[in-house]
Amino acid sequence: MTTTTSRKRLLNGLSDATGGIGDRFRALPKWQRGLAFLAFVAFLYYLPLLGIPGLTWLRTDSIEGGNNWAGVLFVCAVYVLIAIGLNVVIGLAGLLDLGYVGFFAVGAYSVALFGSTQSPVVKALQERFDLPQGWAVAWAICIPIAIAIAMISGVLLGWPTLRLRGDYLAIVTLGFGEIIRIVVRNVSWSGGPHGVAAIPGPEGAPSADNQVFGLIDAKPWYWLALTVVLLLVLAVRRLENSRVGRAWLAVREDEDAAAVMGVYPFKYKLWAFAIGAALGGISGALFASRQGFIEPNQFNAQLSILFVAMVVVGGAGNMAGVALGAFLLAYLPERFRDFAEWRFLVFGLALVLVMLLRPQGLIPSRRRARELKDRAEEVPASV
Amino acid sequence: MSDQNPDVTSEETPDLDEIRSSGPVPRQREVLLDVDHVTLRFGGVTALDDVSFSLYRGEILGLIGPNGAGKTTCFNVMTGVYRPTSGAVRFAGQKVTGRKPHQINRMGIARTFQNIRLFPEMTALENVMVGTDSQHHTSVMGALFRLYRKKVKPHELPVVDSTNGAVRIWQQVRLGCAKVFGISRHTLEERAGERKALELLKFVGIVGRANELARNLPYGDQRRLEIARALATEPKLLCLDEPAAGFNPAEKEELNQLIRRIRDLGYTVLLIEHDMRLVMGVTDRIVVLEFGKKIAEGTPAEVRDNPKVIAAYLGEPADAA
Ligand SMILES: Nc1ncnc2c1ncn2[C@@H]1O[C@H](COP(=O)(O)OP(=O)(O)OP(=O)(O)O)[C@@H](O)[C@H]1O
Ligand SMILES: [Mg+2]
Repeated sequence: MTTTTSRKRLLNGLSDATGGIGDRFRALPKWQRGLAFLAFVAFLYYLPLLGIPGLTWLRTDSIEGGNNWAGVLFVCAVYVLIAIGLNVVIGLAGLLDLGYVGFFAVGAYSVALFGSTQSPVVKALQERFDLPQGWAVAWAICIPIAIAIAMISGVLLGWPTLRLRGDYLAIVTLGFGEIIRIVVRNVSWSGGPHGVAAIPGPEGAPSADNQVFGLIDAKPWYWLALTVVLLLVLAVRRLENSRVGRAWLAVREDEDAAAVMGVYPFKYKLWAFAIGAALGGISGALFASRQGFIEPNQFNAQLSILFVAMVVVGGAGNMAGVALGAFLLAYLPERFRDFAEWRFLVFGLALVLVMLLRPQGLIPSRRRARELKDRAEEVPASV
Repeated sequence: MSDQNPDVTSEETPDLDEIRSSGPVPRQREVLLDVDHVTLRFGGVTALDDVSFSLYRGEILGLIGPNGAGKTTCFNVMTGVYRPTSGAVRFAGQKVTGRKPHQINRMGIARTFQNIRLFPEMTALENVMVGTDSQHHTSVMGALFRLYRKKVKPHELPVVDSTNGAVRIWQQVRLGCAKVFGISRHTLEERAGERKALELLKFVGIVGRANELARNLPYGDQRRLEIARALATEPKLLCLDEPAAGFNPAEKEELNQLIRRIRDLGYTVLLIEHDMRLVMGVTDRIVVLEFGKKIAEGTPAEVRDNPKVIAAYLGEPADAA
């Protein structure tokens, strides 16, 4: 008994602390919130250059053998993008997708297979259409292709499976993620187990001559990824506050009741899958472009579980929450590299602790109150 | 079947008189919903056994019967949750059976649930706005890009009311944009939906709780919210499944008034209710089910005096009838 009460007190204390900040922030006038958000965005763009005296210990290269700071930030941004996409599926529409890595892989492989001069697909196209040796699809065209293919795969997966509920859907999606990995490993047109190299970036194939998006300096890559994240956060926010977002929540809360209220659950679930897949595809494409090389084993089921963990730890349904969750899960293992193998144990324990203390996630989802003080008064009492 | 004549035009209740005096007198009673020899079996259980009845436009029909009689199952068949084993349901001349629940809702049937089924993590207002889904035309692309714009009347333009200089400039920019480019259909629909939801919340008397999560509402307000959400779908027929369950007499009287107001607005109402005083007071006609069979149909007075109904409610064998 005593442990539960003390746990409750601790939990309440934590919620009060964080919830209090959130409430105070929400109470600010709109323009002040806007300014605070802009300042935060500016800080995010400044982050790779971080040199403020008291804060340099945050950098991953401040420790022995630490990874390139901007490179880590780039990975964090890609993970945040993944979390935002997966949040649409899990957090908003309430569909447990354990195969999200599949869409990430589809995005990555789309760019690799169409953009790299070494890919079997490009070689086949060269032969078929008598194209010169160095020809490949331009990066700027590869990205929309990647998004389209990821979306199509999302629809193809969703069409037959979204009639399933709960655990069944989770199992089928888990299978989907594995199937993608096994297929690209075993067919000849995907480069097989050796993967694909020479994947292009915005400046074309990776080479030492690239001025901005080079191999060494990761800062431009981070800024690119951050820009994409911010644009897509705005896009998803628009969806959340629309008919579509409401329908997603309604389907998540009670699918049958939503259907009886005129919402077609299948349509909205399919949209959630397609949009989630598109976001997964974009993040895969960015990831592959930066890496320059991908192989099937990078896209294993463990990664899917990590993605779900980011969403659940951060707070399913809340974009700020899942972004924080994704950032922490990508950043912490890098920053605490000096704990060597112990870091994964500590990391796992930390996850368990978070789930015990804050089962709703670090920043739980909370419906925002609408500002309707005066409007509620003025509507007439008749329909 | 001869003693269960549904066309009891000679014995009109005062409520019907009221309606008729308020509008033009309808020459013929128009059948809105037709339940036609519906049978539904769950394995060995026959939940509905060859049930037939009709519902006329503008009336309040009571559906009563002891526990487990099949009343809720009847709603589920009408709203597409279950498919009948045989028989069919028609609504306004169109076949309902075989359509999906959301299609049936869009034909004009809305319902509430016996065991309240709101969307607990959404606010009361959002719950009602979900009901307006079918009245929106924008979907994913419309919400994302908001390119479809409409010119609006002056009173719909954004207001410039801030005293803070910077904010005021921002508001003026928005006003200018709205004047030049119009306002997106998405925004207009959102506003219309919100306004409609507020009106409905006010109609059922819980507008003060619009921003509260449905799960935090008191029990009675949850029942009211379910009614508001169902009305938001703009139905022709509203089906209420034990809306007064758990209410005290004062609340029941309020509900009684609410149902009458709903009927006066032109909705047809099908009401499942155990409280006999409420049913007898508010309905025009009553259909009685027992063990999945229809055992009686008629005006409240007829049903009250029907020996089969008395037997069903007192639990005696109905062989005397
Ligand atoms: N999904 C189902 N599967 C099996 N049997 C069911 C199902 N739904 C209902 N039944 C059975 O059908 C019969 C009618 O149930 P129903 O819920 O329609 O009764 P009701 O008239 O609404 O009763 P109450 O007044 O208690 O709400 C019951 O015997 C019930 O057990
Ligand atoms: Mg019932």
